[in-house]
Amino acid sequence: MKLKRKDLLGLAGLETQEINLILDTAVPMKEIASRPVKKVPVLRGRTIVNIFYEPSTRTRVSFELAAKHLSADSINIPAAASSVVKGESIKDTARTIAAMGADVVVIRHPLAGAAQLLAGTVEAAVINAGDGAREHPTQGLLDMFTVREKKGTLAGLKVAIIGDILHSRVARSNIWGFLKMGAQVAICGPATMMPPEINRTGAVVYHRIEDALEGADVIMMLRIQRERQKAGLFPSLREYSRLFGLNRERLFLAKPDALVMHPGPVNRGVEITGEVADHPRSVINEQVTNGVAVRMAILYLFAGGGTDDEAAD
Amino acid sequence: MAAGMRQKAQILDKEGIRRALVRIAHEIIERNKGTENVALIGIQRRGVPLAGRLCGYIEEIEGKTVPVGVLDITLYRDDLTTLSHQPLLRQTNVPFPVKDKKIVLIDDVIYTGRTVRAALDAIIDLGRPRIIQLAALIDRGHRELPVRADYVGKNVPTSGREVVAVRLQETDNEERVLILEKD
Repeated sequence: MKLKRKDLLGLAGLETQEINLILDTAVPMKEIASRPVKKVPVLRGRTIVNIFYEPSTRTRVSFELAAKHLSADSINIPAAASSVVKGESIKDTARTIAAMGADVVVIRHPLAGAAQLLAGTVEAAVINAGDGAREHPTQGLLDMFTVREKKGTLAGLKVAIIGDILHSRVARSNIWGFLKMGAQVAICGPATMMPPEINRTGAVVYHRIEDALEGADVIMMLRIQRERQKAGLFPSLREYSRLFGLNRERLFLAKPDALVMHPGPVNRGVEITGEVADHPRSVINEQVTNGVAVRMAILYLFAGGGTDDEAAD
Repeated sequence: MAAGMRQKAQILDKEGIRRALVRIAHEIIERNKGTENVALIGIQRRGVPLAGRLCGYIEEIEGKTVPVGVLDITLYRDDLTTLSHQPLLRQTNVPFPVKDKKIVLIDDVIYTGRTVRAALDAIIDLGRPRIIQLAALIDRGHRELPVRADYVGKNVPTSGREVVAVRLQETDNEERVLILEKD
């Protein structure tokens, strides 16, 4: 079993087997990340470059930790300090990276397709850490890992994704990923934040949160960006919260053992009440822990892993 | 059976494997003067069922259970940069502190010694054992590193063209040790 591609650009293009390989590899990685000495020598001497054209703390730190646990050398190129501000194009950046001899490039960019553009120009494996509203595959994979760990399987589960679907790359990656693994996906959010073509994916669109939550095994709340209100997509945070926020009463509409998830950072009192975010069914903190394990698996596999050869001795 | 390989000889049958393991269990107890602080760690994959069985035999002999762990050495291999693809990662599970333990490392075959080298690094990353010993069901020679097994089920002189195949019930649904030869 091995990966069939050089780059991780999105879950839309990944095969079920590849998703399973990544999730299976993350299980032993999680054990390593929980040791007192969190270090294995596997990627010693490999160079990983993180380029973040958008501010991100969680994802960047998670990738950095993952690289360090595997003994890789990682370099961060934050947008403010890079030549981007001087007008350097992605392709020029790519040439610089190639000249540095990077083995893996992790990129976040505000434009959809940026990772793909880079992937076509460099020999290094490119990992998409978020490209515009298109995909955020490593978040999707860590969410699937978290659900699989708790529920044992993904097939047959009902996953409700609530919020600003239109601007959410997390939602898109999760919709592709969970559908591929045989889950049902229910999505719900304000009509102004629902991409019209979304039902072509196979996800079912609901307009009332109550209907989307009914019998759900997993509730995934999306972060609402306050600037969307200024753009006129919803009248007020209070109204958003009243119509689409997750509170205690609504939590009871889902299955009694439903998981509550959020990609972070949480706007307490807006998309989710503080009480529900800290509820025993909330796995929001575990998502962060699992993020490191899943990214370790991804770096390991895309730096060249995955065959099941049984070498003698 | 691997493609392009034919069976040359059977070295051990089911009963032979059992006798070798029982003897190793006795030797482990004798060498360590009992089972105090002894812990077994099986190397993925076929060292794992062997460790479980040794634990059972030791319990039958001494009436005491020793802790058993599982070690995957994939991330410690020295040939990852030369392989075109890295091997599938399996679980490491050592559910006891290795500090100050007498660790008996268990593998099915000792050959070049490179797996053992990797396993030593992997164990030492978990803590500082008092001592590490090595048990192998088959020693087929051809060492490339200065490594020696403390407990050996059977010494089998082989040529480089041959492959020693340990087949266990738990992993292969049969119970024997074969020498295969490339066609």
